[in-house]
Amino acid sequence: MDVGDWVSTPQNWVFLVIALPMLFAGFKVVQTSNVVHAVLYLVGTLGGSAALFILLGAEFVAWTVVLVYIGAVIVLFLFGIMITRAPLGFDVTLSHPVRIRVAAAVVAFVLFALVGGAMLAEFENQTIPEAADATRTVEIGLSIFDRFVIPFEVVSVVLLAALIGGIVLARRDPAEEEEAGVVR
Amino acid sequence: MCQSRAVPLLALAAQTPNLYSPRPGPQAASASHKGFFETVLDQYFGDYITVAAFLGMGALLVAGAVLASAALRPNNPTAVKSQSYECGIDPVGGGWSQTQIRYYIFALLFLIFDVEAVFIFPWAVGLETFSDLGMGVFVLVEMVIFIGILVLGLVYAVRKGVLRWE
Repeated sequence: MDVGDWVSTPQNWVFLVIALPMLFAGFKVVQTSNVVHAVLYLVGTLGGSAALFILLGAEFVAWTVVLVYIGAVIVLFLFGIMITRAPLGFDVTLSHPVRIRVAAAVVAFVLFALVGGAMLAEFENQTIPEAADATRTVEIGLSIFDRFVIPFEVVSVVLLAALIGGIVLARRDPAEEEEAGVVR
Repeated sequence: MCQSRAVPLLALAAQTPNLYSPRPGPQAASASHKGFFETVLDQYFGDYITVAAFLGMGALLVAGAVLASAALRPNNPTAVKSQSYECGIDPVGGGWSQTQIRYYIFALLFLIFDVEAVFIFPWAVGLETFSDLGMGVFVLVEMVIFIGILVLGLVYAVRKGVLRWE
């Protein structure tokens, strides 16, 4: 694709408008020394990825990212911070020495090259379908209940296991609590 | 066997009218008597362009109102003015404090049922299509099993006294 084609395709400009703030937010996630700010920048990154999914015609995936990641996972992160790090705010212990930063950058670059290379090798000449043929939520429902019924039911068992595991980990038994002398 | 069955079913679904009814298809979009904006707004991105336009206009409106009032009003800040007004005793210490781990369980429950809700959406959107294809009862039973298994988790939480507020 030459430059003229690139410039005259509006999707490319929308992609830039979404991707550049995402890059900035992603950098700020690791750069800021305030953990709460890091989580808020992560919201920006995830919102950008949802917008990219919409751009690719995958509406359902996009709104799943909004619902599950921005809605619930971020809330879990914030709760985790509120429980473990108090008082909150600026945290100097988050800054690492240069050699660790370099190692982290190398790891990030290798990971990027691996994922990018795998995607290029797999989808090299494929084009995404026109927006009019975008995957509709109904079609996802059809494939869930036609081809993937058993995995669908297994998902509920996995969720049940996560629920019970979370309760067991996060909650102390009342008897134990009394033993430890916790005052309610 | 599964592989061979999925394709005809999807093809059959494409013929049922209500699968594509919420949004006009490519034929409607390319109708020549329509203007440019109607054509663009009929397409996939039309909904999002509308939302973006409303967002932009809303932001402009609020920014304009705030800037205009900032330009017009007199500016005379004093220490007394930035105190909280009729809000009881003045606060002491910082607002950031450690939270009880008890609240974490509620966030966890929310996450689990959020993921469950995500699976309910494609089911709810496709109900009419499913019943047209003659798999209405099957799909209903599947969803009842799915929700039933997760209700077991809720029952476990209630029996363990997690949801009791102390």
